Amino acid sequence: IHFILLFSRQGKLRLQKWYTTLPDKEKKKIIREIVQIILSRNQKTSSFVDWKDLKLVYKRYASLYFCCAIEDQDNELLTLEVVHRYVELLDRYFGNVCELDIIFNFEKAYFILDEFIIGGEIQETSKKTAVKAIEESDMLQETVEEYMNKPAF
Amino acid sequence: MPAPIRLRELIRTIRTARTQAEEREMIQKECAAIRSSFREEDNTYRCRNVAKLLYMHMLGYPAHFGQLECLKLIASQKFTDKRIGYLGAMLLLDERQDVHLLMTNCIKNDLNHSTQYVQGLALCTLGCMGSSEMCRDLAGEVEKLLKTSNSYLRKKAALCAVHVIRKVPELMEMFLPATKNLLNEKNHGVLHTSVVLLTEMCERSPDMLAHFRKVRQLSSSQLVPQLVRILKNLIMSGYSPEHDVSGISDPFLQVRILRLLRILGRNDDDSSEAMNDILAQVATNTETSKNVGNAILYETVLTIMDIKSESGLRVLAINILGRFLLNNDKNIRYVALTSLLKTVQTDHNAVQRHRSTIVDCLKDLDVSIKRRAMELSFALVNGNNVRGMMKELLYFLDSCEPEFKADCASGIFLAAEKYAPSKRWHIDTIMRVLTTAGSYVRDDAVPNLIQLITNSVEMHAYTVQRLYKAILGDYSQQPLVQVASWCIGEYGDLLVSGQCEEEEPIQVTEDEVLDILESILISNMSASVTRGYALTAIMKLSTRFTCTVNRIKKVVSIYGSSIDVELQQRAVEYNALFKKYDHMRPALLERMPVMEKVTTNGPAEIVQTNGETETAVLETKPPPSGLQPANQANDLLDLLGGSDITPVIPTAPTSKPASAGGELLDLLGDLNLTGSPVSAPAPQIAQPPFLLDGLTSQPLFNDIAAGIPSITAYNKNGLKIDFTFERSNTNPSVTVITIQASNSTELDMTDFVFQAAVPKTFQLQLLSPSSSVIPAFNSGTITQVIKVLNPQKQQLRMRIKLTYNHKGSAMQDLAEVNNFPPQSWQ
Repeated sequence: IHFILLFSRQGKLRLQKWYTTLPDKEKKKIIREIVQIILSRNQKTSSFVDWKDLKLVYKRYASLYFCCAIEDQDNELLTLEVVHRYVELLDRYFGNVCELDIIFNFEKAYFILDEFIIGGEIQETSKKTAVKAIEESDMLQETVEEYMNKPAF
Repeated sequence: MPAPIRLRELIRTIRTARTQAEEREMIQKECAAIRSSFREEDNTYRCRNVAKLLYMHMLGYPAHFGQLECLKLIASQKFTDKRIGYLGAMLLLDERQDVHLLMTNCIKNDLNHSTQYVQGLALCTLGCMGSSEMCRDLAGEVEKLLKTSNSYLRKKAALCAVHVIRKVPELMEMFLPATKNLLNEKNHGVLHTSVVLLTEMCERSPDMLAHFRKVRQLSSSQLVPQLVRILKNLIMSGYSPEHDVSGISDPFLQVRILRLLRILGRNDDDSSEAMNDILAQVATNTETSKNVGNAILYETVLTIMDIKSESGLRVLAINILGRFLLNNDKNIRYVALTSLLKTVQTDHNAVQRHRSTIVDCLKDLDVSIKRRAMELSFALVNGNNVRGMMKELLYFLDSCEPEFKADCASGIFLAAEKYAPSKRWHIDTIMRVLTTAGSYVRDDAVPNLIQLITNSVEMHAYTVQRLYKAILGDYSQQPLVQVASWCIGEYGDLLVSGQCEEEEPIQVTEDEVLDILESILISNMSASVTRGYALTAIMKLSTRFTCTVNRIKKVVSIYGSSIDVELQQRAVEYNALFKKYDHMRPALLERMPVMEKVTTNGPAEIVQTNGETETAVLETKPPPSGLQPANQANDLLDLLGGSDITPVIPTAPTSKPASAGGELLDLLGDLNLTGSPVSAPAPQIAQPPFLLDGLTSQPLFNDIAAGIPSITAYNKNGLKIDFTFERSNTNPSVTVITIQASNSTELDMTDFVFQAAVPKTFQLQLLSPSSSVIPAFNSGTITQVIKVLNPQKQQLRMRIKLTYNHKGSAMQDLAEVNNFPPQSWQ
């Protein structure tokens, strides 16, 4: 996986994870371009888009679009499963996750992603193990500062 | 100073902003507060501030002033700080930043931390964005952690190693020992990441690949059987809630194993054989009702097609793809088409069976699916199905998106050329493409089409009629108009005489034809190139039409003052034709001969005639160029008058249409042609077969020139001509002589012409010289190639005639060459 983007239906970015090195300007340009491409696709099309030398795999969950960019030899159908697994992890951690959870606890979304994927490859295939790691890390946090706890808006 | 506001507080506040400007104001205010807080080196709230900064960064605002702060957080002892610090590093500190390297030490320390979650953070950060320098520095630590028994760390270390290898491939070797017992783990996380690591190594290095295929692993079993075993366990084992996805056990791991198997089995019979069974098992037993099952099947199919699998397995795979094609899920159809495209070359017949489904996909709404279906369709067209397929493809061309039309048109042309069942069908198909997607046809298609049309002699009348009708209504599609203009120019006489057999002939007068050509000339929509075509067509019609020559003259003279330089030049030259060279006009504008498609050189394909070419690059050659060969032939006859030596003509340009027969040497026949030669085809046309040997660019000749000594054929007045010889391997009667003419005087010799004649039993061909100037002081030579055919193996004799200008006067000399070495003709 080269990068993962989460964005709303209005095109607002909720999460960006890059596994390749690119200048900031370039990243912004790519995000704009991809958001536009995906938001303009209608229901009847497949979840895959050829883009430059990569393939974009995207899926919409409620009001959020999840988009992964994979290489030519990667399995698109499996990537859909990867996206789904990430959503399940978020759901397990937050309990019935919604977009607001991710907005107000974006750093947690990153932490969870980092327990699932490193360097663009999956590190853990067990839901239980991944979530457990996050929760135990949470316990390690020294102070019970409000913004580090589980969600409270 | 009050405590900085909390992160959630900030997020809530910013979201209440109603306009972009309001939001910007809030952000700027907060940034200022954060900046002063950073300046005060506030440890307590640094974490909170950086978190806020990261949020603002995600909204698109600059956050570079927080980079150093991230470093400080990473260096802190508090886990909370480290967590945010590393996150900040991953978001703000890619390897392009100078500050990046400063992380190395922190990461090194954290890799050895007592808390595994800290170690985890460090591994994760290194594995996501570590630079090459960092990787080099820390590879040793990663390698150490790869051998730990802590599975939480081991899996992260494996992916970190993958990243290191990607950044610094030379370091791959050092991870090899650690991979020995990676697969003995039970932990799925470790298994998965290990497979990824092994895959990365095998993909990058053929040596590694060979190593892994053969070497005995620690538990004395080879890699492939080990993988097969793991995969089998996954499939056969009962329900495991931890790894289950819709009834399938750990699909991620299954797919990764299948992918590694693919790499191991590629081009390797033994490995492929070892995995045949498991592949068949996966292919038949996997549930296909959900996407996850299909993902595994997809990977299995890819693997089967890529390794040396037995044919039964391959058929199984293609059938799976066939089933995919019928699936309602678009995604599945998409991957099916992609895979079929990859396999259509190797398993053509199997894919043919699914042709109708593929053709149906042309009507899909999804752009990517359509594109793949189109590519596949072209790959599947053959002699049997061409009519049906073309119908579908033409329909597709009609209705598809513009971005496809060019490719589709080109594809149709190619397929039509290869498999056309009849000429009429071929022409019809071309017409259809030109009229439906005329403006998307590629430029290079126009000359090819014209050549095609020329070669279908019996269809000329039909073709020109159809083209005429097509542009009557609409002449905006440039390629169509170009082809049509050219045809009307060539076959306009057939058009007005109503000779069409294939369909109902239409009544057209000469004036009507000229009307349309003139409108093309005038129209704003016509490109410059198109206008060129139209003007030339009008000119050609001056010899084919009878009543409207005056009108044509008028048109041509008008364009003599056109702003378009190209048009102007043409018009002026055509005018000259009318005025000064009217006697040559009929011959010059004669009907084009059948062109041969030459496959050797690109430019040679384009027929160059006096005054016109078919490419977009238009050149005009002065009309009299064709006169030269005839003159030379005359001279030679004079030269050799009455002797038994047959004269010879230089080849370029050859001076008769191919239809006059292949005999180059029927000189008298040549000279009887009307006036000057017209269509001078590219040099490769209509040569007698035995001389074609020399025309290809392949080394057919015995390069052992040392075998045949070269001779000095002529040496007088400072002009020296040497002959070097080569014999053909394929035809022992052919001798190739390369002449080299050099000039030892102190002045150049210009306009040098070399002519040669041989006895009657020989045949001779002279190719174009390298130039016509021999520079003085032996500083350069002219080379020219002569080919001699000597079927009776008689002793070679040659008479040569040399003409050139030297020191202001014209020189000429005759000589006989008798000193040919025996090896050159025996």
